[in-house]
Amino acid sequence: MLTGHDIRDRIARRESTAVEAVQAALAAAAAAEPTLKAYLTLTPERALARAAEIDARLARGEACGILAGVPVAVKDLFCTEGVKTTSGSKILANFVPPYSATVVSRLEAAGAVIIGKTNMDEFAMGSSCENSAFFPTRNPWDPERVPGGSSGGSASTVGARSVPIALGTDTGGSIREPASFCNVVGVKPTYGRVSRYGIIAFASSLDQAGPLTVDVRDAADTLEAIAGHDPMDSTSVDTPVPHYAAALREDLRGVRIGIVQEFEASIAGDAKMAALYKAAYAELSRLGASLVPVSLAHAKYGLATYYLIAPAECSSNLARYDGARYGVRVDGDGDVYQMFEQTRAAGFGAEVKRRIILGTYALCSGYYDAYYVRAQKVRTLMKKDFDDAFAVCDVIACPAVSCPPFVLGAKADPVAMYLMDYFTIPMSLAGIPALSVPAGYVDGLPVGLQIAAPAFEEARMLGVAYAYEQATRFAWSASPKIGVA
Amino acid sequence: MVCFAEDRCRVKTDLKTSEYEAVIGLEVHVELSTASKMFCGCRNEFGGEPNTHVCPICLGMPGSLPVINAKAVEYLCKAGFALGCAVAPHSKFDRKNYFYPDMPKNYQISQYDMPLTTGGTVTLPSGKSVRLNRIHLEEDTGKNLHHGGSMTGSEYTLIDYNRAGVPLMEIVSEPDIASSEEAEAYLAELKAVLSYIGVSDVKMHEGSLRCDANVSIRPQGSSALGTKTEVKNMNSFRSVGRAVKHEIERQRACLEAGERIVQETRGWDEGRGLTYSMRSKEQAHDYRYFPEPDLVPMALDAATLAAWRAQLPELPDAKRKRIVAEFGLPEYDVAVLTAERPDADFFEAVAAQCGDAKLAANWLMGDVRRALQAAELTLAQSPMTPAQLGDLIIMVKRGAITGKAAKEVCDVLVVDGRDPRSIVDERGLSAVTDRNAIADIVDKAIAANQKSVDAYRGGKVNAFDFIVGQVMKESRGKANVEIVRTLLKERLG
Amino acid sequence: MSEVPIDIAHIAKLARIALTESESAAFSAQFSRLFDFIAELQALDVEHVPATAQVIPIFNVMRDDTIRESLDRAFALRNAPDVEGPYFKVPRILE
Ligand SMILES: [Mg+2]
Ligand SMILES: [Zn+2]
Repeated sequence: MLTGHDIRDRIARRESTAVEAVQAALAAAAAAEPTLKAYLTLTPERALARAAEIDARLARGEACGILAGVPVAVKDLFCTEGVKTTSGSKILANFVPPYSATVVSRLEAAGAVIIGKTNMDEFAMGSSCENSAFFPTRNPWDPERVPGGSSGGSASTVGARSVPIALGTDTGGSIREPASFCNVVGVKPTYGRVSRYGIIAFASSLDQAGPLTVDVRDAADTLEAIAGHDPMDSTSVDTPVPHYAAALREDLRGVRIGIVQEFEASIAGDAKMAALYKAAYAELSRLGASLVPVSLAHAKYGLATYYLIAPAECSSNLARYDGARYGVRVDGDGDVYQMFEQTRAAGFGAEVKRRIILGTYALCSGYYDAYYVRAQKVRTLMKKDFDDAFAVCDVIACPAVSCPPFVLGAKADPVAMYLMDYFTIPMSLAGIPALSVPAGYVDGLPVGLQIAAPAFEEARMLGVAYAYEQATRFAWSASPKIGVA
Repeated sequence: MVCFAEDRCRVKTDLKTSEYEAVIGLEVHVELSTASKMFCGCRNEFGGEPNTHVCPICLGMPGSLPVINAKAVEYLCKAGFALGCAVAPHSKFDRKNYFYPDMPKNYQISQYDMPLTTGGTVTLPSGKSVRLNRIHLEEDTGKNLHHGGSMTGSEYTLIDYNRAGVPLMEIVSEPDIASSEEAEAYLAELKAVLSYIGVSDVKMHEGSLRCDANVSIRPQGSSALGTKTEVKNMNSFRSVGRAVKHEIERQRACLEAGERIVQETRGWDEGRGLTYSMRSKEQAHDYRYFPEPDLVPMALDAATLAAWRAQLPELPDAKRKRIVAEFGLPEYDVAVLTAERPDADFFEAVAAQCGDAKLAANWLMGDVRRALQAAELTLAQSPMTPAQLGDLIIMVKRGAITGKAAKEVCDVLVVDGRDPRSIVDERGLSAVTDRNAIADIVDKAIAANQKSVDAYRGGKVNAFDFIVGQVMKESRGKANVEIVRTLLKERLG
Repeated sequence: MSEVPIDIAHIAKLARIALTESESAAFSAQFSRLFDFIAELQALDVEHVPATAQVIPIFNVMRDDTIRESLDRAFALRNAPDVEGPYFKVPRILE
């Protein structure tokens, strides 16, 4: 299967058409779907109609954007006007938004054609896609294993090469961890780089949308298409969006790459994983980078900090799902509050309830300062750790995950699942950009390398990832069990 | 937060048998008259077809985000300046979390620990000043329609979200108010100030001003606070007064009967004229305030604030003082004339036009008011312009028409709003000043009223006025009365 | 394992979720493991550290007071579980 930029270029050269590309994607997705279950909704008619439009416009010689004719998939928490949007939850099983998320409009304005909405952990809470209220999604490298989460459907369908590009969201690792599990590139942009308008919220001060793609070039183009200021999102920052593809580089001469000492210590316990990352760092220095040790002294508090802040925000963000205005309602054959309580009891899954309860507690009078405020202060310390680190390095290279994809049901204990985000949470709390790029295999299963940069330095981060990708080509060196090679 | 200076404790109260004194604080919610809502572009308008002024944002749809309406911030700051508040250089919004069906997100975007303004005072006509605690900005809720009338009796509830997200400022007073009269005076002064600066239409009957009262009583002179109740559901200044008065009496009766007062929310029943306990089974109230993560903080720069302050018009209190000083009018008259800004502006324009504030005041409070009442109009509704009324007053001053004729013109003027001259002409009301013409009438009158003439000559002075009256009658009130008197004197010697 | 101070029944009431007995029991067990991590935060001295609510240092993001078109009522009500005429309909409110 081709990359997004291959498809775009071939269409531009009239060697193919958008309709052909979309038909191929729909066929590939349909073939893989019985095993992978990556989609909650497929929209073939809508997609083919849009593809035909693009072909017509191209025929008239119009420019159709940086992703003209490229088939893409989006996580089912991006509102799509007239197309069901569930956020992986029963409580929104029948919700049809009357409007589209800004990133969806921008993706389509760039010429991309959305073929469907991908499966996810309910309200983006989870790291395996097993928390979907509808069904779990499988890993194309081994259907017995999880694709990661919460953007599991997007990672799985790109990993299987059904589409070259999908959108996900990352709150504590929900793009980077599944990208690592499915051998794809996954980018979490700087907080404020991409509009959150129309994205069903989990934790407002952490959520960011980003691409999951076959290669770094596609990630660069997709980010360029969706990034930028949006007056509808007060937290979207008004700084120009660079042409990221121009920052892609072949070598790393003069680049200082920070290696996080605390992370190395914790990965050392796993010989195979440690060896994989040692090799990755060696490759970076072979490409000309100088490796410098850096310290993230407060990273070990990341989990606790994150599991106070994110649930607190989610407890408030999810209060609106009460059965009054939209979504599923369960009447408690009593007053309106019984209806609320029954609706939310039946509509939310266990993990969502768990986090709402935890977050509600963290905000309660008497506990607020001890938990929520304290967590926000530790967040400040964590941000400072990164500022200090970036004083001596240009980017940070570190593990994306502590293990390769695990088998379904292996992490029944929520806390064990939470620990999957150990290496990704600190960047989320600091609001800085980070990505995962394929870095090889452990026992034949993919593992990703995480690269993080200072706020709004996505170009620098993508440049380093591209050099590494082109030198190692792990995205192409092996094929998944499911999907087109 | 609330401090009590000893002098403020020794306040007179409603209580007949005054061994108790009342301690009252008011929480007033005022809708700001912006064009659009607080956090979305929907129309901010009273009424409207149900659920037509709504969008994904004010319906709290998944994925929607708020954006602050700059005008609402400006309006609140202007209100703050007008009420002598300190406007905070740094402020932010917070989420107030609780479930209620008319609140689309089940949290209200409000302000908790960093309100836009703090402090300030409202000065009552009595000269007493009521301190303000704070004014903060928040969003209004939708409206629940309880099917089957009463809340408790209703089968189900219908919701209209047109009002959801309308900008609301909450003005919280310190418990400085000591009586129902002061409570009403406080609201009247607040309404005057807010309508003067034009940030709200402050119509309590349309709900653009809503008031809750925190009422407690305590032994005279005691500095300890009694248990307070919060009284809701008043729909006019008058009913706030009645509710507060009733609640004070109820609490006094409680204490005198040896019962203790329960801290609770009580509703005002306008019909029965009493407050009733509104305590619901749903007592678990913990608002879990935290900073609104979908919005960024506000840092208002001094220049902007100074510019807003500079745009404030003359405020009611200052205007009243100035007019009293400038024109030497009685304070009561001035208070009436300036209660609403449009009326005050009208008065000043008439005074300017006719060059006589005293006359302008007399006309507005006398003949004009009477004519308006007769026509069932308010001054605002009447098409009459200040210039037209000014001209009418001038005509009277110049003797071009008599006072009696002027009343008739005024009746027409408040309804038609035309040039008073045209009314005078078409009704032939201009005064007769031709000496010969008047002389004829005078002579006729003398002939026709010989008795009175004799009586006058015989020393009955008021007989003179009777004859003058006859002349005026004969001239249908149009004869210039001065000329009538001189001619009559000449003749009767 | 940490002692979990959470009164889950009370919290569930605030959060308006009717939890089953087994859910509540499971949650408190799981929370106690999570609180092992959370307890570590209490050890940190953060007295003089400012809190970070937003990682982006921007202020005064506001919109002009201009009217944007509202939703057609049909779309506003389309997702509603229950409506009556132009209104959203919910069970009665007991005060
Ligand atoms: Mg309020
Ligand atoms: Zn709206």
